[in-house]
Amino acid sequence: MSYLVDVATLARKDLRLELRARDTVPAMLLFVVSALVIFHFALPEESSGPAAVGLLWIAILFTALLGLGRAFMAEREQGLLDGLVLAPCDRSAIWLGKTLSTLVFLLLVEAIALPAFALFFDGSRIGPAAIAGVLLADLGIATVGTLLAAMASASRARELLLPLLFLPVVIPLLVGGVGAAVEPDPARYLGFLGLYDLIFAILSWASFEYVVTE
Amino acid sequence: MSTWSRNNGALALSAAATCLLVGGTALAFLWVPQDADQGFSQKIFYLHVPVALTAYACFAWGAWKAWRLLSRRQDRYDLESYTAVHMGIIFGVLTLVTGSIWAKISWGVWWTWSERQLVLFLILFLFYSAYFMLRYSVAPGPARANMSAVYALFGVVLIPVSFLAIRLAGTLLHPNPVINRDGPQMSASMFGVFCVCLAGMLALAAALYRTELTGKRLDARLRELRELLA
Repeated sequence: MSYLVDVATLARKDLRLELRARDTVPAMLLFVVSALVIFHFALPEESSGPAAVGLLWIAILFTALLGLGRAFMAEREQGLLDGLVLAPCDRSAIWLGKTLSTLVFLLLVEAIALPAFALFFDGSRIGPAAIAGVLLADLGIATVGTLLAAMASASRARELLLPLLFLPVVIPLLVGGVGAAVEPDPARYLGFLGLYDLIFAILSWASFEYVVTE
Repeated sequence: MSTWSRNNGALALSAAATCLLVGGTALAFLWVPQDADQGFSQKIFYLHVPVALTAYACFAWGAWKAWRLLSRRQDRYDLESYTAVHMGIIFGVLTLVTGSIWAKISWGVWWTWSERQLVLFLILFLFYSAYFMLRYSVAPGPARANMSAVYALFGVVLIPVSFLAIRLAGTLLHPNPVINRDGPQMSASMFGVFCVCLAGMLALAAALYRTELTGKRLDARLRELRELLA
């Protein structure tokens, strides 16, 4: 029970920081809309609808990268992470709190990005299955992304390193998400996304402690 | 580990690898009958598949050492895990090259997205290249050892998950499923020679691993001594 209280406190701290400073979500929003506009010009006139869905997924992944790159910025710059690690709570609570706040940011951005996509491109592509795919993939992006962002933030390369670590790991999410949106039988793809989320959530939860401690 | 195996282990492994690989290649070219379907070009099977399996074995070995590092907290496992992943990526690149040559001969293209194992190795290549980037951009120490270990463990989980993803994404166009759910679909002679080649390749990887590890340990020891003198 106290574990959940710790997690909620940590997530609330991130959300409050964002509410006061507003430096991540607006940037992500602007980025995703710009990306969709760019994609309109990148796609040839007669290209098919499924291709646009693929581009939507690229936009989502890169927007998530933008947010994740900033996830541990405050912690590392102000030496807050050392304090958090020393705090009398389970270290995995830090991961879960950060995952929850990342998830909230992602959902906020997608609440704008998906309608924008439906407006700019073929709206009929955004059905219940596509939305379920996005939600399930968000879970995976937030869980794995938070762990990898913690790793990248400890390195000298930081923003440069995160995409290199993140993109090969999320290829399965892309497969599941695009499949759920364009295939006539989305159940297999959604099941696969759920499986991915489960496996990598457990793995990240169990291994986060080692990433932030020596 | 006895003194003899510590001193001569790499030598013995290299000798075994040389014998097995030379013998396996000779058998593959001179003794095994030609494949009815693919003819002479099928011979690359005796190189490509053992190399690929050896790469998997190296990645698994690296993950096992990473697991030992996280559970036992001994520094030496970090170097061992790193060396195993290093060997894995060398064999992984070899798999990509040999697979590409086979694809060119069989289908007339250097690269095809429908060849699932090749696509998987491309993803693994990207993933483990990032492993090296991670190591080079974090200062050496326990923090780097932990992070590398976690990342190496992610790797072995990613292999089956990515394989499933590629299956979901792609069409099925693997040539004559030589190994499937009912066991190997090849004649006894083919399978025997394949096993000889696989054993040789594993011995080669083990020999390289031992040699590289010895070199790296010497390097570390030398650096310590230099620091003591300075």
